[in-house]
Amino acid sequence: MLNMEPLAIKQTQEGLFAKKFSTVEIVENYLKRINKNNDRLNIFLTVTSDEARAGAKRTDNLIGRYKNIEEARKDFPLFGVVVAHKDLFLTRGVRTTAGSKLLTDYMPQYSASVVNRLEDAGAIMIGKVNCDAWAHGSSGENSDFGSTKNPWNEEYVPGGSSSGSGAAVASGLSAIATGTDTGGSIRMPASFCGVVGLKPTYGAVSRYGVIAMASSLDSVGHFTLTTDDSKMVFDITRGEDGKDSTVKSEISKQKSVNSKLRIGIPKEFLTEGVDSQVAKTVAEAVNVFKKDGVEFKQISLPHTKYGNLAYYIIQPAEVSSNLARYDGIRYGHRRSVFGDESKRRIMLGTYVLSAGYYDAYYLKAMKVRSKIIEDFNRVFDSSADGVDAIIAPVSPTPPFKAGEKIDDPIKMYLADVFTVSANLAGIPALALPFGFSTAGLPLGFQLMGHRFGENLLFELGRRFEQLTDFTPKIAID
Amino acid sequence: MGKLSSDDVKHVAQLAKLSLTGQEVKKFQKQLEKVIDYISELNEIDIKNVEPTSQMTGLTNVYRNDKVVSENCLSQENALSGTSKKHNGYFVVEALLTERGDA
Repeated sequence: MLNMEPLAIKQTQEGLFAKKFSTVEIVENYLKRINKNNDRLNIFLTVTSDEARAGAKRTDNLIGRYKNIEEARKDFPLFGVVVAHKDLFLTRGVRTTAGSKLLTDYMPQYSASVVNRLEDAGAIMIGKVNCDAWAHGSSGENSDFGSTKNPWNEEYVPGGSSSGSGAAVASGLSAIATGTDTGGSIRMPASFCGVVGLKPTYGAVSRYGVIAMASSLDSVGHFTLTTDDSKMVFDITRGEDGKDSTVKSEISKQKSVNSKLRIGIPKEFLTEGVDSQVAKTVAEAVNVFKKDGVEFKQISLPHTKYGNLAYYIIQPAEVSSNLARYDGIRYGHRRSVFGDESKRRIMLGTYVLSAGYYDAYYLKAMKVRSKIIEDFNRVFDSSADGVDAIIAPVSPTPPFKAGEKIDDPIKMYLADVFTVSANLAGIPALALPFGFSTAGLPLGFQLMGHRFGENLLFELGRRFEQLTDFTPKIAID
Repeated sequence: MGKLSSDDVKHVAQLAKLSLTGQEVKKFQKQLEKVIDYISELNEIDIKNVEPTSQMTGLTNVYRNDKVVSENCLSQENALSGTSKKHNGYFVVEALLTERGDA
């Protein structure tokens, strides 16, 4: 079986049961694609071919033991699914670098909860993928192991920080990929690479074994080809594991699928600073939903315009504290090995937390965060004519060229202006691909929802895919 | 907001245990000054009487039983696997104390 098109999870599993192909063939196909394209795209930092091949054989044996697909799914919901992990996720016995030379030979002794859960559900790890070092970046250019390239056009960035994860799924080098989103690090690369990206509610998925960036903002999510796949993965990863005390196994009450839904359009997110192609994409998505009877309402989130300011205080402050443990004693290399962006964030964080500045910056930012949360609570309030979801751009611009913003931190930080609010408020957001820019790069939008209301976002995403006759597009043959 | 001097950069770097070269101090001074200017726009907002938020999902104290779960523990061998410098099941590190001559 040569050059098999990567498939969504359901089709993969049906194909396996119909004996159209075997798991061994699926894995070989991905390995071949990785071999052929990885030098050029710089997506994988480690390929675990032996383990993946062994996993494939195990899966094929396993499938033979089940009479029907439902029974197999009940025990192993993700059988036959190949997963790539962002190199921020600890994988027992497999090198984990966080994209930093500081951890260039770090071999974890345990795996992240999410890694274990996916494995227990039958998924097969194929390798570890590139990211901005310590997840610091919006473009994928801050990796100490070289930038990841956008598979649609190598001159462009794939978005960051989960750059390799987005690019791996978009180029058909893995069926799904894990990622982390602290200020947009899943939604940005999902959108720039043209795949589905979920940033779950804060505390919906365990962060245990995932290298920490900013602990009050970090959320663990994933990249998939379709919304259905995203839900299938989330159903496995979500919920308490007893190892991360911020996790809550809550699911908010969902409106019935057929009830009248209303989506808010925040006027602050569609200002003159937004690229016309991005604004048009959101407007077209609104029209698609409108034709299906979804109601739209203009809303105001007045404090979100300060979101990026608060984010670039809170996040570096927490970064400086989390990265203090890399002191050269436990992990080898000295702190001089940190790259420029990490040094900037460590110093900025240390500055805003230092004597005399704490009240003016950090405390103030935490108060602004309260105002942003109030804004969201108000527009979502069902007793006050609230909305069920919010639609917004992911990035203010289409994917940009490599090198365009890397020397100007402020320019780079402004790419996050529409994504950080969801992190500050702890709400879930789903990035969906929709169309292409004039330069031929993917465009998209995001839907934000109530805390623990992921299911409604999946419902809306699925509906959108049906209405647009969506089929996943892979960037390379 | 006030200017960020190169001494400020050196001071912050020292607090953060980062040793910077002279060139780095120059580069970061310029870049960080811009960023601090940017985040100082936060001063526009009136946030008197607002409580700060650090946790969004309403959790307060989360407890677990104070019990050792052996499957969550590393074996001595695993715990030492990250170093090549070990002796009799211990990490080998440089001596922290020296013998005083006046004792």
